Amino acid sequence: MSERAGARPGIRHDVRITDTTLRDGSHAQAHQFTEEQVRDTVRALDRAGVEVIEVTHGDGLGGSSFNYGFSHTDELKLIAAAREEATQARIAVLLVPGIGTVDDLRRAHDAGAEIVRVATHCTEADVSPQHFGVARDLGMETVGFLMMAHRTSPEDLAKQARIMVDAGCQCPYVTDSAGALLMHDARARFEALLAEVGDEAWVGYHGHQNLSLGVANSVIAAEVGVKEIDGSLCALGAGSGNSPTEVIAAVFDRMGIETGLDVTALLDAAEDVVRPYLHRWPKMDRNAITQGWAGVYSSFLLHAEHAGERYKVPVPDILRRCGELGLVGGQEDMIIDIALELAREREQG
Amino acid sequence: MSAPAKVPAAIVGPGNIGTDLLAKLARSARIEVTAMVGVVESEGLERARAMGVAASSEGVDWLLRLDPLPRIVFEATSAKAHAANAPRYAEAGIRAIDLTPAHLGPMVCPAVNMPDHLDAPNVNMITCGGQATIPIVAAVSQVATVDYAEIVASAASRSAGPGTRANIDEFTETTAKAVEEVGGAAKGKAIIILNPVEPPMIMRDTVFCSLPPDADTDAVAASVHAMVARVQQYVPGYAMRAEPQFDPPTDKWGGRGRVAVFLEVKGNGDFLPEYAGNLDIMTAAAAQVGELVAAEMTEAAA
Repeated sequence: MSERAGARPGIRHDVRITDTTLRDGSHAQAHQFTEEQVRDTVRALDRAGVEVIEVTHGDGLGGSSFNYGFSHTDELKLIAAAREEATQARIAVLLVPGIGTVDDLRRAHDAGAEIVRVATHCTEADVSPQHFGVARDLGMETVGFLMMAHRTSPEDLAKQARIMVDAGCQCPYVTDSAGALLMHDARARFEALLAEVGDEAWVGYHGHQNLSLGVANSVIAAEVGVKEIDGSLCALGAGSGNSPTEVIAAVFDRMGIETGLDVTALLDAAEDVVRPYLHRWPKMDRNAITQGWAGVYSSFLLHAEHAGERYKVPVPDILRRCGELGLVGGQEDMIIDIALELAREREQG
Repeated sequence: MSAPAKVPAAIVGPGNIGTDLLAKLARSARIEVTAMVGVVESEGLERARAMGVAASSEGVDWLLRLDPLPRIVFEATSAKAHAANAPRYAEAGIRAIDLTPAHLGPMVCPAVNMPDHLDAPNVNMITCGGQATIPIVAAVSQVATVDYAEIVASAASRSAGPGTRANIDEFTETTAKAVEEVGGAAKGKAIIILNPVEPPMIMRDTVFCSLPPDADTDAVAASVHAMVARVQQYVPGYAMRAEPQFDPPTDKWGGRGRVAVFLEVKGNGDFLPEYAGNLDIMTAAAAQVGELVAAEMTEAAA
């Protein structure tokens, strides 16, 4: 056990909900969040009792790029604005090693971020210790995202969680980036992580609605002892979106699971604050369901739609091939390559 | 006219990279590897001996006692080891071609800027992603103003060693800097993705360059094609997956357009597996730098 282990933060309620409208939702908004939208959303979430609000480019710190889309407003400015609006909530940021760096993390910390969620593909946790180390030195709370968690076995996922926890991660997450985990798959992963690191760290769950199971898996998560669960208002997130925060809050309230959230305030936040600025309400349409079905990184959705339009090839064909090739998060450039390949195949008959 | 004598060279670091480099240099007309150096007995040293190369586990102390001394040393150890060894090579008058992230000398890419650094006592091979992508940035920069260039490198998980994994920021920061300094972009960004799919994926790289609205796209495409041919001279498995893709200027890119170039780097399979194009392009580029340095030495002596 490392010297870092054992130092998990206190959690006041049965489950702590992290809202990622302003991070995962950035994908669905093509990274065009304005400072005003961020301020309004943070105020509403803070008022509803949400304790952790994630604000970053969808692909994490440094994600503003040709490959993923440039941010409308610099994420550091959005983080600082969020920090100003929050009275009790703390601001979290996403960092994907290989895209963002520890220098980006230091700048985000200076801007007011107090929690970092370091994300790696589910088999590549050993690229994260550098970032966990710096985060803990900065005094930040740490979360570890094991993305595309459907792509490895529960046992191997638990081993990867162990790498993160030994490096200073206080809460490894089963991150279902493709919205592909069926309920028994999700349960097996929660239980494997809890068995491996549950004495030292919390375990978390991040869901997508591509197969409509984000809320159902959240219920299982809470039942087996997962303490941190993600949601987004109006499900605003990649693919068909995340487990809606307002639905999780209502369901957990009915189940008697304490979250400290004000359901009515969240329903108002979703309806009155977020819904008016939606570019699109994430939904389970043909393309998004294909992502859950074929196990494709949810953030690929808009990129695949764009490539499909430009190269005149069917979007579900692009997405299915992404699944066949085993693409992982971050390989958005390959979507154009696949569209070109499909167009060539069509010409060759 | 008889062929000029080959330039003696040593490889320090008998791991996978050093062994693959040895296999490539065994085909050289200008370089003869006379020594392979490690710090412990290893399979790599045994492999070198089996190829008839003197090999020792006694480190650089042994190397510097050789008579004659090698004139070129290829460092395939670690940044820390190279930082310790480099002053000793310099003192002995041995030229260093550094495959580690130490960055003591200028960053070089043989297809782009090696002629500028033929007399540098120590040159650095940038990164694998840099070797694959910077030639393309340079090719675009030759015919258009590139305000911003971005490279995305995807490598097979199995081809990324513990050193890369422990300091992945080193890759993104160094490559981004080289996209600017060697590639010629005003601003550079680098992204690396490790993919564990089985069978392992062949290394893929994508280069995005911003273009002014009036850029001559035919000239850009021609320059890119010419550069790919130059790199192919020393990396046979280097290829474009498709023609360069041009996007028209748009407000979301500050009124600029974009060219995207999709590359595949298939290794030569000398010692490393074919999918590990990221490692192959490093050894191939280092071998090519060695060729150019050796040619300069041979001509200077003639």
